[in-house]
Amino acid sequence: MAAITLIEAVNAALAYELEHDQDVVLFGEDVGKNGGVFRATDGLQKKYGEDRVIDSPLAESMIAGLAVGMAAQGLKPVAEMQFMGFIFPAVDQIFGQAARMRHRTRGRLTMPMVIRAPFGGGIHAPEHHSESTEALFAHIPGLKVVIPSNPSRAYGLMLAAIRDPDPVIFLEPKRVYRIVKHEVEDNGEEYPLEACFVDREGSDITLISWGAMMHETNIAAEKLAAEGIDAEVIDVATVSPIDMDTILESVRKTGRVCIVQEAPKSGAVGSEIAAEIAEHAIMSLLAPIGRVSGYDTVMPYYKLEKQYMPTVDRILDEARKIMEYK
Amino acid sequence: MTTRTTASFEIKYHQYLDADGKATQELPAFAKDMDKMRSLYRDMALLRAFDAKAYALQRTGKMGTFPASLGQEAIGIGYGDAMTEKDVLVPYYRSTGALLKHGVSMKEILLYWGGNEDGSDYAVAKEDFPICVPIANQIIHCAGVAKAMQMRGEKRAAATEIGEGGTSEGDFYEGINVAGIWNLGCVFMVNNNQWAISVPTEIQTACETYAQKAIAAGIEGVQVDGNDIIAVKQMAEYAFEKARNGGGPTLIEAITYRLCDHTTADDASRYDDPAVKEEAWKNEPMVRLRKYLEANNAWTDADEDSMKAEIAAEVDAAVKEYEAHPKPGAELMFDHLYAELPEMTKPQREAALALQAKGAK
Repeated sequence: MAAITLIEAVNAALAYELEHDQDVVLFGEDVGKNGGVFRATDGLQKKYGEDRVIDSPLAESMIAGLAVGMAAQGLKPVAEMQFMGFIFPAVDQIFGQAARMRHRTRGRLTMPMVIRAPFGGGIHAPEHHSESTEALFAHIPGLKVVIPSNPSRAYGLMLAAIRDPDPVIFLEPKRVYRIVKHEVEDNGEEYPLEACFVDREGSDITLISWGAMMHETNIAAEKLAAEGIDAEVIDVATVSPIDMDTILESVRKTGRVCIVQEAPKSGAVGSEIAAEIAEHAIMSLLAPIGRVSGYDTVMPYYKLEKQYMPTVDRILDEARKIMEYK
Repeated sequence: MTTRTTASFEIKYHQYLDADGKATQELPAFAKDMDKMRSLYRDMALLRAFDAKAYALQRTGKMGTFPASLGQEAIGIGYGDAMTEKDVLVPYYRSTGALLKHGVSMKEILLYWGGNEDGSDYAVAKEDFPICVPIANQIIHCAGVAKAMQMRGEKRAAATEIGEGGTSEGDFYEGINVAGIWNLGCVFMVNNNQWAISVPTEIQTACETYAQKAIAAGIEGVQVDGNDIIAVKQMAEYAFEKARNGGGPTLIEAITYRLCDHTTADDASRYDDPAVKEEAWKNEPMVRLRKYLEANNAWTDADEDSMKAEIAAEVDAAVKEYEAHPKPGAELMFDHLYAELPEMTKPQREAALALQAKGAK
């Protein structure tokens, strides 16, 4: 057992599946010899060969479309989009083909494929490298959208994503690629998809987030504890389909909810969670649902990105406001 | 300034039978097998009769939008005949001929266009893709399928088809490009029927040919007379053999003319010149093959009559099966979405079933 970062956990999970399942094949831009621009696939081509860890030509639609063709043949392709901001040419293949294939063939052809993409802001990246567009994918029936928040979840959820019989969009919060290390046992044990993780149990307010924002959300919960506010913290992890049972159970207990997301506020995963809570647990609410999010603006270039992104202070302000509501 | 030529190319055009059914060069062996040629003629006749029936079903409200293959029958039948059952077909919406040749039934094709996903649950061609409607996505799927075959060391080929307009799409180039780099066993058929709905080929590309687009991907590109089934089949057989044996991909531009509307939802009289179309009718693929058969004493009016009667009965039987096929239940919106329906979606399934139980149709 070793303490590893989130990106090392991604690498370890990919290596584990390459080792144990001959149908797994990795490809994308720069994933081979270079090991990926973030080093997520570092050393894998050397170990598993150029036939299974493949440098592809530079064309995102092709990368996704190849995965569709290979998955239909029973392989388990894991394709990398170098950045989420470059995924849009591939959306045609992901939405129009991968998400629909099982349905439109009545289950005859299935898509056991994973599309990986680093996403989110906070690393002073150039334009198009910092957006959080998970809601676009969460909206599409037939896809699963998974976002790990820490190294152990990255390892367990990546294993589950590769083994899942349906297409999974696996979004890696690159700001926290190397922010913390976890002891992760490389034992091939997967974590469940479509399941929230409760990071902290509490009785006063439920803080709900996913991905990189779990870092700020957990810090906020500690600070709230110092103020005597006992927050429950939920990592949604699979943002589509969402494990609403865990969230609703928590809301029924605390009666107060604050949703934290890096993405723009409207039409977002947080909006869906708020709507589900309103539909199923509105009578348990002691205060209006609060949301802390990115703004409904274009993600700014990096000079302003800190002001765009939710901070611990913004979460604290919102949580206190929710607590004060009577 | 002194220069040197770093690359140059030429595109070869292949034809065996002219519009009068006369050989333009020494014919391949299969073309001298009159049983074989009769059966190809029958395949084309079946496709034409099926199209006409499908049109009638749409016009009478018994089926949805349908794209016919009128005038283009030699393409799908020709390359479909060159496929084996181990090869994989990645069809687009005008691949009816190849689908039929590869074991997809008329009933299944009618179900698909009749709005029922059951039509893509092929009973025979289990690995073939469903019909691709978004333009050019299928080119990349074909490469992906061939990559899987290559990784397993299988001697199989993957084939797909696209209209000439579709070659303007990025996915077209992305697909043939990767097939070239990885030397994949793909056969790319381009049905150049002169029209992308209403947009004529002159304003689709500045290239002299569509075949030369293959050159930019480093793969072999050839032209065939798409109305000459001997040329289509001969070139397709070459391409499939090459693909199955590690020789890499081939792009075949088959030149023809769309004698029908784009689909039942289109009216080609808005843009097609009747004089041009009349001229195109003189080149269509069935007349020349019939003339060739007759010149070889392999076809008579009586043969034509009995074939047409047989085909009509086959098509009618397929239509009966199609019409007798049960309408899908609302549960089918949900049951093949994922391997397991998400908890979040289960109440929606129950709600749809409850409405169905109350008579919702």
